[in-house]
Amino acid sequence: MISYDFEYAKPATIDEALDQFQTFEKQGKNPIYFSGGTEIITLGRKNRIVTNAVIDIKAIPECTVIQKQEGKLVLGAALSLTEVIEQNVFPLLSEIAMEIADNTARNKITLGGNICSNIVYKEAVLPFLLTESEAMIATKKGLERRPFTKRFNQQLQLGQGEFLVQVTTKESDLTLPFLTMKKRKQWDVGYPLLTTAALQKESRVKVAFSGLCAFPFRNEQLEHRLNACQLSNDERIEQAIREVDTPLLDDVHGSAEYRKFVLKNSLMDVLNAFEGADRRW
Amino acid sequence: MVKNEVTLHVNGETRSLYIRNAETLLYTLREKLGLTGAKPGCLNGDCGACTVEVNGAAIKSCIMLTIEAANQQITTVEGLQDAPIQTQFVEKFAFQCGYCTPGFIMNCNTLIEKYPEANETVIKKWLESNICRCTGYKEIEDAVKAVLTSNQADSSV
Ligand SMILES: Cc1cc2nc3c(=O)[nH]c(=O)nc-3n(C[C@H](O)[C@H](O)[C@H](O)COP(=O)(O)OP(=O)(O)OC[C@H]3O[C@@H](n4cnc5c(N)ncnc54)[C@H](O)[C@@H]3O)c2cc1C
Ligand code: FES
Ligand code: FES
Repeated sequence: MISYDFEYAKPATIDEALDQFQTFEKQGKNPIYFSGGTEIITLGRKNRIVTNAVIDIKAIPECTVIQKQEGKLVLGAALSLTEVIEQNVFPLLSEIAMEIADNTARNKITLGGNICSNIVYKEAVLPFLLTESEAMIATKKGLERRPFTKRFNQQLQLGQGEFLVQVTTKESDLTLPFLTMKKRKQWDVGYPLLTTAALQKESRVKVAFSGLCAFPFRNEQLEHRLNACQLSNDERIEQAIREVDTPLLDDVHGSAEYRKFVLKNSLMDVLNAFEGADRRW
Repeated sequence: MVKNEVTLHVNGETRSLYIRNAETLLYTLREKLGLTGAKPGCLNGDCGACTVEVNGAAIKSCIMLTIEAANQQITTVEGLQDAPIQTQFVEKFAFQCGYCTPGFIMNCNTLIEKYPEANETVIKKWLESNICRCTGYKEIEDAVKAVLTSNQADSSV
């Protein structure tokens, strides 16, 4: 049970949502956007998220679309992970989403909620870091479209009152060969020790990680080392790991040293999977 | 307004009531409507003891606000009347202490409705949403399979 009270608004349009945010702010409340609400409810119960007003974005039509237009796949931020998986329009994203939480929780957790979440994992970000994707953000000046990789730096960069409406991905990137691996400390559901997503484009391998550091990331220097075909796989991996420039997580789920060990094995799996092949694994 | 009047459609009945916006569906069902079938476990979306059906989808009611469920069709375990999965839970000894059972039954019932031809992999995936401390899950899996097999036999006649 959440011990504090909050106002609840469910706008039907993007403009209404932005206006509602300003209205709540003027009233001295600290509004937040509410999508699946699973994180707001679970962290709210522990007073780790405290707010006087939530704005539910699930009734905004743009936030619930799944469609292909002008060579791009458009995914609304308020789509549940179940909807994303069942439609299966972006296989790499489906495979990542299928391992987030459990079947029932995925009926409630949304794509945008995971991308904008406060927890460190944000696994749904990985497919968008690897492909030509854009974040469509609702701002006071209108809808702003920005390359996802530019907008996502440790977390999605949003100004005060802004919210994620959609993520778009170039259609030709949807079918590129890929590999995903989620290693957990134990069991088959829940948070990762390390999730690796890899994609092959024009004979180059791209990789992104969740659970390794305090935020999901892709590192171009690391990829550069990994793609140095003149070296042995062991050398490539050794050099790639040295490029990780952020402290590795070191917690009850696994020590930094253990995560490094798992990373090494995962990178070996990636290289083996794509070696000399242009196929989906 | 931090409180609202909402209309809930629960187990075929329509109820209007005042709720706090911050109230979870689990709390409203148990404390306001006396429907104590959905159980509080982790209150964190992990254990599935609180599972109910909302518009045909299994939902953990501890991670849904009541106000989100307004005007939606909600079914709790009390709304199932001798559903085949209930009978099979008894037949297959699919519970011991029974605390997790209403949540499992609601999840399994949704699975059976949505995937009448679910295979072993699908069943196993769905059962991962709920935690049982007593059984070995095998009996629960057997109960689901028994209903699916019987339904398939009926539909092929
Ligand atoms: C049982 C369970 C298991 C989980 N397992 C995993 C896992 O394995 N991997 C993983 O990555 N995560 C996991 N999570 C975490 C979950 O995916 C995140 O907490 C996510 O935030 C939930 O999405 P939501 O739609 O419910 O978010 P909400 O609770 O609605 O929002 C989360 C945060 O994002 C903000 N927000 C939401 N939507 C937008 C938007 N469109 N624009 C701007 N801000 C927005 C909110 O203001 C809030 O701060 C798990 C959660 C649960 C309950
Ligand atoms: S009480 Fe709701 S999932 Fe545990
Ligand atoms: S029967 Fe006791 S927890 Fe499942």
